[in-house]
Amino acid sequence: MSIKDLYPLAEKAPDRVKTPTGKSLADITLDAVLAGDVTVADLAITPEALHLQAEIALAGGRHTLAENFHRAAELVTIPQDVIMETYEMLRPGRADRKTLNAQAEVLRSTYKAELLAKFIEEAAVTYERRGIFAKRY
Amino acid sequence: MTNSTDTNRWRRFSDWDERMLRHDLFAAEDPEAGFSVFKSPYDPIAGATIKSGRIVSLDGKPEKDFDILDEFIARHHLDPDLVEEAMAMDDGEIARMLVDINVPREKLERLARGMTPAKLANVVAQLSSLEVAFAYSKMRQRKTPGNQAHVTNAKDDPLQLAADAATAAELGFDELETTMRVSSNSWANALACTVGASVGRGDALFQCSIEEAEELRIGMAGLATYAETISVYGTEKAFIDGDDTPWSKAFLTAAYASRGIKARCTSGAGAELLMGFHEKKSVLYLEARCLCVQRAMGIQGTQNGGVDGAALTASMPGGVRELMAENLIAVWLGLECASGNDARTSESEIRVGAKITPLLLAGSDLITSGQGSINKYDNTFNASLFNGEEIEEYLTLQRDFEVDGGLTPLDEERALGLRIRAVEALTAVFEELDLATVTTSMVQSVVFASGSDQTDSFTAGQVTPISEAIKNRNITAVDVVRALAKRGFRDEAENLLFMLKQRVTGDYLQTSAIFRDHKIISALNDPNDYSGPATGYRMDEKRWSDVKSVRGTLTKESVLATEALGKERFPDWLFDDGTAEPGTDRHEVVIGVSPAFGAEMHRTSAGHGLPDVINAITSGISGGGGRARLVRILHTADTSFVGLSAAKLSGSGIGIGIQSKGTAVLHRSDRLPHLNLELFSNAPLVLLDHYKQLGWNAARHTFGEAPEPVVVPFRGEALSARFHARVAILFALETEMTDPDAKPVQLTLSPTGA
Repeated sequence: MSIKDLYPLAEKAPDRVKTPTGKSLADITLDAVLAGDVTVADLAITPEALHLQAEIALAGGRHTLAENFHRAAELVTIPQDVIMETYEMLRPGRADRKTLNAQAEVLRSTYKAELLAKFIEEAAVTYERRGIFAKRY
Repeated sequence: MTNSTDTNRWRRFSDWDERMLRHDLFAAEDPEAGFSVFKSPYDPIAGATIKSGRIVSLDGKPEKDFDILDEFIARHHLDPDLVEEAMAMDDGEIARMLVDINVPREKLERLARGMTPAKLANVVAQLSSLEVAFAYSKMRQRKTPGNQAHVTNAKDDPLQLAADAATAAELGFDELETTMRVSSNSWANALACTVGASVGRGDALFQCSIEEAEELRIGMAGLATYAETISVYGTEKAFIDGDDTPWSKAFLTAAYASRGIKARCTSGAGAELLMGFHEKKSVLYLEARCLCVQRAMGIQGTQNGGVDGAALTASMPGGVRELMAENLIAVWLGLECASGNDARTSESEIRVGAKITPLLLAGSDLITSGQGSINKYDNTFNASLFNGEEIEEYLTLQRDFEVDGGLTPLDEERALGLRIRAVEALTAVFEELDLATVTTSMVQSVVFASGSDQTDSFTAGQVTPISEAIKNRNITAVDVVRALAKRGFRDEAENLLFMLKQRVTGDYLQTSAIFRDHKIISALNDPNDYSGPATGYRMDEKRWSDVKSVRGTLTKESVLATEALGKERFPDWLFDDGTAEPGTDRHEVVIGVSPAFGAEMHRTSAGHGLPDVINAITSGISGGGGRARLVRILHTADTSFVGLSAAKLSGSGIGIGIQSKGTAVLHRSDRLPHLNLELFSNAPLVLLDHYKQLGWNAARHTFGEAPEPVVVPFRGEALSARFHARVAILFALETEMTDPDAKPVQLTLSPTGA
C-alpha cells in the first residue's frame, strides 16, 4: 500500500490523526462542543498530521508542497506573535542580516525549527547581496 | 433623422461609436513601455547551467547577478537532476507534447520541474488559443471543475452577506470570497459569510480578503477556511513595492498551513506594468517567473490569469490568449488554478462571453477566481467578468455546450427559503453573542433584495463596532457554532463544525481541494486523467439533468397547457358548412386557414386572438371592394400550399393562406407554391392593421391592380430564438391534424342554419 492510499485521512485513516489535545476525530462532535469538551484548541493541526500530509504530497510528486508542509509542521508550536514577528522581519527593509540570523537561531534553539532557521539564513544572504535590508520608511 | 449629406463619413462608424465596445481601450505593443504580450526583445534567452549540482546561471544571468526571484527559483523550483534534459528539448516538441493525448500529464509535470521561466514561456507561446485551451483541459489538476464566488456588498451589511453567501453556495460555488468597503469591517464580514456558508449545502470554503497579517488572524479564529491574497510579482522591484519577498511569502504560506488553512497565491499579467516595474519584459515571461516562485514556495495553488491586470492585458493584441497561456503554465507546474475571469475585462457583453468560453469548455479547478454572485455595484472587488445580473447567461452557456461550469440553476422558492434561514441564523448569532440587534424590517428588506440598493439594514458605519467587538472579544467560529446550536440552528452548527474539523487532518491543504457532499475532492483523490475522447471529466446523468434545467424550459405539456388556456377565452366560433366548392365571383378572396386554426390553437405568436385576425382580414377585403370567403384547408398545414389552395378555390384566383401561429401569404392561382404575391413570415411582429392591409391588397389584386406590398417592420429581433421552440411544438399540432385525402371545408362564423 502506498502512503497515497491514506488520503483523505479523514476517510481512509482517521486513526492516524489526533487533535493537539490528543482527541480523535470521532470525539469532535457538536454535543462535545456544547458540553465544552471540545474547544478552539482542539480544532488545530498537529506537526504529525502535517508531516503525514507532506509524505502524501511527496508520493504524489509534489516535492515543494511537501517542503512547505514540513516547514509548517515546525511552525505549529511557535506562538502566533513569534510567527508574526518573524514574518515582519522577513519583509523588505525591516531587519538587517545580524538580526535576521539571530531570529533564525531563536527558532532553531527554542522551537527546534531547523528547516525554518536554514530558510531564514538563506534569505539573509540574498537580502544582503540585493540590498533588501535597506529601510523603506 | 439627421441630415445625411452634412458629413462625408460612412455613418456605420457613428453607429459603431455608440457601441459599448468603444469604451474599451486597445493598446499597441511597445516593449520599451512594457507593453508586450508573449515576447519582448528584452526577454532573456532561456537557459540554465549547473556546476556540481548547483544552478549557476539562469535565463542568461550568472549566479552573482541573480535577483531575489532568480535566486529563489534556482534554489527551490529547479530540480538540478532534470534541468539538462528539459532545457535541451526543442520548444516545439514540448509544445506538441502538451496537446498530445498520448503524453501523460505527469510526464510533462516532471519536465516542468527542470524548466526555467523563459523556457516555459517560450513553449506555451508556440500554442494557438485553441491549443492553449486544449492543453489546459489536459493539464489541469483536479478532474471535477469548480467555481468561486465574490460575496460582498456596498454597505458591508452582514445580513445581506449571510443571505448572499447562502445563495452562492446553493448556486454551486465551491468557494466564497468576501472583502469590505471599510477595512475595519473585516471581522463582521468574515463572520457573516461564515454563517451564510453554513446554511443549506454547508460545505463551501470561505475567505475574507484583507491585509496578510489580519487575514491570518481571521483564519485562526476559524472565520475563514482558505486564503488567496498571497501576492507574488514578476520583478524584484515590484515584489519589494508589494512589501514582501519570496521568502516572506513562503514563510506566510507555511504559517497558513501550520494553522490548518488552505492557501493559494495571486499573480497575473500586467501587475508589474501597473506597478511601473516591468523591466521591458513580456507579461507572459514575468508571469512565468511568478509561477515558478509560487511552485518554489510550496504553495498548493494560484489564482492567475490577469486578475487585477486582466483588462490591461486584454487591451493588448493577443492579450486574452496570453491570459489563458499563463493559466496553462500554472497547471503545468502542478498548481491548483483559480483561472482569473474575476475582472470585467470589457464593457462589451460579446467580449465577456467570448472571454469565458474557452476556459468553460476546458474546465478548471475554479473557472473564475471570483464570479460576482452579487450585482455589479455591490462588488467591492470591482465588477467581475460575470456578475449576479448575468448568472442565468452563465448557466445557459453550461447548457449550450454541455459543460460543467460549477453552477446549478436555482429553485426560486428554495433560494428564498435559504436567504431567510441565513439571515435568521445570523440574527440569532448576533443576539446570542450580544453583537447587535436586528429588527424584523431589516430582515424583510434583505431577504427579498437583489442588491444593497433595496435594503434597509446595517450601514458600513454601523458594522464597524460589531467587527471590532468580534475581534476584541476574541470571538471564534467555535463560539458561532455554540450560538447557532443553542438557538436551534443545529444543521448549520454541524456544517460549520464540519468545516472547522478539516483543519485537524489537513486533507484540504493538498492541491486543488474542495468539498462536494461533505467529501473532499482534490488532485490526489480526483486527479484529472484526461487522455482523449471519453476520458477525463464528464457530467453524470444527475449532474447533467441539473445543469440543463434552466429556468423556463419548455416542454410539450407546458406549451399545450398554455394554449388550452386560450380555448376557454374563445368558445367555438368557426363552424363547418360542407365541402368548399370553387367560387365564381370575380372579386372573391378566399381565406384558407390551417387545420388547427381556431380549433386547437387560438392565438398567433404575436398574441392576437384568431377571431380578431379573421375580422381584420375580412374587413380589409371588404374595404378594398372584395368579398371574403372562409375555408379550412385540411390536406396541408404549410402556408404556401394553404394559400395556393385557397387561391385555386377563389373566383378571382386570389387567396390568402394563414396558419394558426399567424404566418400569412397572399397568393394567386397561377403561381408556383413558393412564389407568392406577399408573405408575412415574421408572424410575431405582425399587427392587426397589417392583416387588414393584406386583405385590402388582396381585394385590389382582384381588380388587376398591383398594390404596394405590406411591409412589416423588422428591427433585427432574434425571432427564432424567441419563438421557434414554442412554434415547433404548436406546429406539430397542425401537421398532426392534416389528412392528405381531406377536401377543403367551407367555414361560417355562426352555427350552420342559425
